[in-house]
Amino acid sequence: MSLTLTAMSDSTASSGQQQWAGSGPMPQPPRGPYISVITNRTTNLLIRGVLLFSVGVFLALVLNLLQVQRNVTLFPPDVISSIFSSAWWVAPCCGTASAMIGLLYPCIDRRLGEPHKFKREWSSVMRCVAVFVGINHASAKVDFANNVQLSLTLAALSIGLWWTFDRSRSGFGLGVSIALLATLATQLLVYNGVFQYTSPDFLYIRSWLPCIFFAGVITMGNIGRQLALYEYKFTQEKTHQD
Amino acid sequence: MTLREQLREKISAAFYRHGLLCASYPVPIILFTSASILTCCYPLLRLPLPGTGPVEFTTGVRDYSVPSHEPQGDLGERPDWYRGLPVAYIQQVLVKAAVSPWDSSLVPVDVFRSPLGRVFNLVEEIRNHVHQDSSGVRSLETLCLQVSDLFPGLRRMQSVLPEHGCLLVSPGNYWQNQRELFDSDPDLLKTIQKHEPKGLHTSATLRDLLFGVPGKYSGVSHYNRKRVVTYTITVVLYRYDASFLGSLRSRLKQLYPSANCSLRDDHMVHVHFKEEIGIPELIPLVTTYIILFAYIYFSTRKIDMVKSKWGLALAAVVTVLSSLLMSVGLCTLFGLTPTLNGGEIFPYLVVVIGLENVLVLTKSVVSTPVDLEVKLRIAQGLSNESWSIMKNMATELCIILIGYFTLVPAIQEFCLFAVVGLVSDFFLQMFFFTTVLSIDIRRMELADLNRRLPAEAGLPPPKPGPLRPREVPPPPRPSPHTITLQTPAFRNLRLPKRLRVVYFLARTRLAQRIIMIGTVIWIGILVYTDPAGLRTYLAAQVSEQSPLGDPGGGGLPPHFGVAPVFHGRDPTSTLRVVHPAPQPTPLPENQSQGHHGAARAGPLPHSPPAIPQITWGAEDEEGWRRLSFRHWPSLFSYYNITLAKRYISILPVIPVTLHLSPQEAIETRHPQDTRHPPPPIPKVSADLQTDLTLYKVAALGLAAGVLLVLLLFCLYRVLCPRNYGQNGVAHGRRRRGDLPCDDYGYSPPVSEISPLLLRGHSMDIECLASDGMLLASCCLAGQIRVWDAQTGDCLTAETEHGDGLSEDEGYPLRRRTAPSRPTLFTDQPDLTPLIDTNFTLQPPSHLSTPPRGGFDFGGALSVWAMELRGNLIAAGRSSGKLELWDAVEGSLRCSNEEGVSGITALAFLNNRIVAARLNGSLDFFTVEINKPLALLQHRGTPGRGSMPPSPCYSSEDVISCQLTRSVQCAHQKPITVLRAAAGRVVTGSQDHTVRVYRLEDSCCLFTLQGHSGGITSIYIDQTMVLASGGQDGAICLWDVLTGSRVSHVYGHRGDVTSLVCTTSCVISSGLDDLICIWDRSTGIKLYSIQQEVGCGASLGVISESLLVTGGQGCVSFWDLNFGDLLQTVYLGQSGDGQGVRQLLVLDNAAIVCDFGSELSLVYVPSVLEKLD
Repeated sequence: MSLTLTAMSDSTASSGQQQWAGSGPMPQPPRGPYISVITNRTTNLLIRGVLLFSVGVFLALVLNLLQVQRNVTLFPPDVISSIFSSAWWVAPCCGTASAMIGLLYPCIDRRLGEPHKFKREWSSVMRCVAVFVGINHASAKVDFANNVQLSLTLAALSIGLWWTFDRSRSGFGLGVSIALLATLATQLLVYNGVFQYTSPDFLYIRSWLPCIFFAGVITMGNIGRQLALYEYKFTQEKTHQD
Repeated sequence: MTLREQLREKISAAFYRHGLLCASYPVPIILFTSASILTCCYPLLRLPLPGTGPVEFTTGVRDYSVPSHEPQGDLGERPDWYRGLPVAYIQQVLVKAAVSPWDSSLVPVDVFRSPLGRVFNLVEEIRNHVHQDSSGVRSLETLCLQVSDLFPGLRRMQSVLPEHGCLLVSPGNYWQNQRELFDSDPDLLKTIQKHEPKGLHTSATLRDLLFGVPGKYSGVSHYNRKRVVTYTITVVLYRYDASFLGSLRSRLKQLYPSANCSLRDDHMVHVHFKEEIGIPELIPLVTTYIILFAYIYFSTRKIDMVKSKWGLALAAVVTVLSSLLMSVGLCTLFGLTPTLNGGEIFPYLVVVIGLENVLVLTKSVVSTPVDLEVKLRIAQGLSNESWSIMKNMATELCIILIGYFTLVPAIQEFCLFAVVGLVSDFFLQMFFFTTVLSIDIRRMELADLNRRLPAEAGLPPPKPGPLRPREVPPPPRPSPHTITLQTPAFRNLRLPKRLRVVYFLARTRLAQRIIMIGTVIWIGILVYTDPAGLRTYLAAQVSEQSPLGDPGGGGLPPHFGVAPVFHGRDPTSTLRVVHPAPQPTPLPENQSQGHHGAARAGPLPHSPPAIPQITWGAEDEEGWRRLSFRHWPSLFSYYNITLAKRYISILPVIPVTLHLSPQEAIETRHPQDTRHPPPPIPKVSADLQTDLTLYKVAALGLAAGVLLVLLLFCLYRVLCPRNYGQNGVAHGRRRRGDLPCDDYGYSPPVSEISPLLLRGHSMDIECLASDGMLLASCCLAGQIRVWDAQTGDCLTAETEHGDGLSEDEGYPLRRRTAPSRPTLFTDQPDLTPLIDTNFTLQPPSHLSTPPRGGFDFGGALSVWAMELRGNLIAAGRSSGKLELWDAVEGSLRCSNEEGVSGITALAFLNNRIVAARLNGSLDFFTVEINKPLALLQHRGTPGRGSMPPSPCYSSEDVISCQLTRSVQCAHQKPITVLRAAAGRVVTGSQDHTVRVYRLEDSCCLFTLQGHSGGITSIYIDQTMVLASGGQDGAICLWDVLTGSRVSHVYGHRGDVTSLVCTTSCVISSGLDDLICIWDRSTGIKLYSIQQEVGCGASLGVISESLLVTGGQGCVSFWDLNFGDLLQTVYLGQSGDGQGVRQLLVLDNAAIVCDFGSELSLVYVPSVLEKLD
């Protein structure tokens, strides 16, 4: 994660350089190129989107590996056999979704006019990510007596995640709605035979899937808000200076 | 008061007491905590070490039966994995063969060619063995483990490993078990080496697999001095049949008896292999660990404002980790053995327990008031956060308890660990971390104190400077100044490029990162080259989509190593070959005959065991222990059979001893064996070579390391001269040669800067004033002299008293001066001219004599304060009289004697004079000029034309001086300092206060309180910045507009003697001979310069970056940006006993200082250039 973060910050720095070179003299010469890019709205949005996308792709790959390894999901080799990997589309999908979610959260916060102030620190975000991975781990590796128990446990864990790291009503609402949407989409995908679950217990999918989606939405929202904090800070400074 | 508040109060009080306790007895508490950690971790010793090493269980062979699948309770120490059928039974036939007697006609190849050749017979024998009894006929084919295809990634091993049949491996597999191929093979060793992997390898090699013994014990090499060849034939059985194996054993023993063999054959060892961590399992694990480290990083980064960030971060991590260990230890103590994979749940446990409390504690403690005692700070910090800590802990415990009731065993176990971990973490936070924090805070306060009061040890030993003989020029002093740079990363502290590079390296940790990346790459290469590792796995993944294929490992180093077979000596040393054998001759034919017949014809007479040639030791019993612990897993993984979480049973070995005659050895020779004797170049044997690879790599690595160190050392020597620091290499500005400086702070060549000595005063100089063009000085004798500041010419000299015009130089000096300062009255000879001239007409006057009527030159006549503006000299006398003299003419123009108390300080600004008196009163005078000719002539402004607008007077003007206002009780105690600038008059007094007056209406604006000692120095300039220093060693910066204190720092031990400001920093000097440079805006000390003892306290700033200080008979120039000593100028050849007490910086970048009875004018050429 930190590797990706550094890589991503590198990429932002370089893109910042390009931006600086391309846009000519900035209105505020004493500011460094990095800061002026950060304060630039669209570039900032782009950077955040790229960051969130790569985080999402990375998490998707790792967690999918966890599931595939445990034979929870099976990807038939002949669905898109021309592509070398059977599940190449999962990671980009997750990445795009996480980018959207991560941008949506701070946006909604701003719309509602209540900036999120609860535990705004990177260490807290890291803790959140770790708990999210742990929930996935539990869903894949822990042997439960029955599926209801598993689903209930994961639901409790997800709610606990929200309570520990988010505690905002907008976050909860967004999380639930996106989780439902994603579950529906997965149902459709499985129904159309793109992939399948080994032991579906909720129509075509596993019943714990909404919980995982919910936890993922909360996590990505957390990361997105933390990233947006930088822009917020810089713009605040800017206004102070002006 | 609600219950909640009561609870809260109680908790807070308890935490407060606890904090006091912790901070009071740090060492006992830390000892106690460490002891409890160790006690709680003690049960961990019983746990098996984590890792993938196999575990063993031994049973007897006789009463062996396949263990049942159901767990049975009363089986004592039987491990829980010992259930059901093993994957396989391993039967090894250990063959030791030797050619005896050794003949000198034999070549080295003979050592192993014929013994290896026998393997084909043996394999044939084993394959064809048939046992028949009442239950039927059994052969090996029915019992052995049938294997199918090799694992798809291993095509190149197809020729040597069996496929589609019995899994039976022997060295014969190298030649496809065909004797003809063996016989026609010209170079056996080459065939064997062909299959060895290149480079370093960690897992079992093919050679180990086929020989069944580690390579160096097999004896198959040209340089086998023992001349005994050892190998095994490994048979893998699917089913255990005691009678078949018994008959095979007895058959082989019969055929090839091992005479002195006493190997025990009644024990069967079951080896259980743990689950190996493959790449797909590793990736999520690594991810969680990366997240964990990111979490720890982001958490500990927040620790701030402490003495040692790293120390506290380490303490925080130690707290969490040892709480985890304690929880596992406690759980083990109470009989709960951890079944979860420790490595997997560990990150989650850390995340659940968290570092938050630790950080909260730190933050809370460091935010308590600094001036409290450490104990109280800790206690306050603890009690402030007590409620939130308790609340969080209760919440977490609740959540975990809920988790406990999910009744899923894994989650329950996790929760149990987490609960115990949380509780022990709380314990450790309260005792361990709090105590460490208290120690850290105490250290920081000590450091602060040290910074405020520099330690005695920091002072250089006092030099016997003043005792030097007078006539000798001052010897070079080797660097008498020590400079302590404190915050190197300051923005106005320009750093040398070299240091910047070093800082860059340190900041980015470049070297560390490169090393880490290199290590990662190296490990990656190791993993990739591992024959059973990643590559085969990847190949398998590509070829077939089975995700469950057991990759056979992720390149773990074999930490299980060679099992405890080494008894401190080389195991092969017991294989003694006695040669020449005592009775060799009759045996060979018999034996070989017997052997040839043996394959078919059953028992034949065999060699009598009279001459033991090959010995069998206890270490041969379980020869497989010497193999890599990955030997069996890799053998099975070639056939896609995993041993993870399963076990194999290893049957006792069947020993086989072969004695071969030299004749037979010669017969089996390949024609090329003799034709090509082994090349002499490879002195070491082949297996030794593979061994040596390791040593070679180690030696290469060592050499490279040494080379690197040498290279770095050379680089360092090239880049860094020996003496860097305060007297470093010249940087750009100095290289241009304008301010030369030698490296050791020696006095420079006299030609560079030579002080201009202004002689004329008879006694020590008391007051010094200048307006840029003119220079006025007054000595203890009361004589005022006016000098031209440019040329150093003496313009006028006037004596102190009254109507000066008529009585110029009229009075003797001795009597007036002698009583006032007798101690300074040392320069008797210098006085003689004055006495001669002045002793003429003199009314005897004493110090205590009241002033006579009409004349004002009474009693205390010495000048205590003097100011010079325009061509008017204002002199304040000890009698309280204020006089105005014409500087050019040397005439007294006006005087005012309304005050009674002596004038201690004067300020002359525009047309106002402010006089501070000894009794604490402050008088404001106005100078009025009546020009009869209305002629106002301005003097040409000297230098840069930035002279203060001071009125100029001609001799025709009538000047009057009127007291406009007298503030009687300006201060309670004598006024020590008086400064005026920017329309403000600032006074400092011994009553610890500073007062600010407006000059126009003499109204008191502020009384500034903040010092805890008398004020000793004040600085104010046009930018309304006010700095004051006091006897308490404190320096305060004030805002003159609002009267508020901007900053307050302690810099000196003892009085602050002098204060100067530049636009960016404040420079102070103190009685402790320390010069401190402070950042003006933040009040942070940039660095300090330790001068030698007894240096003067006078300071002056010539330009933004050039500081001048007075010393013992010298003045020193300093670069303010670097803290470098630029130059020391010695004022006189002999004068080292006199300190420079006053120092004035003139506008033309000259400095004037007093030097005993002389004035010294020093020009600083470089600054002149700069100013122009």
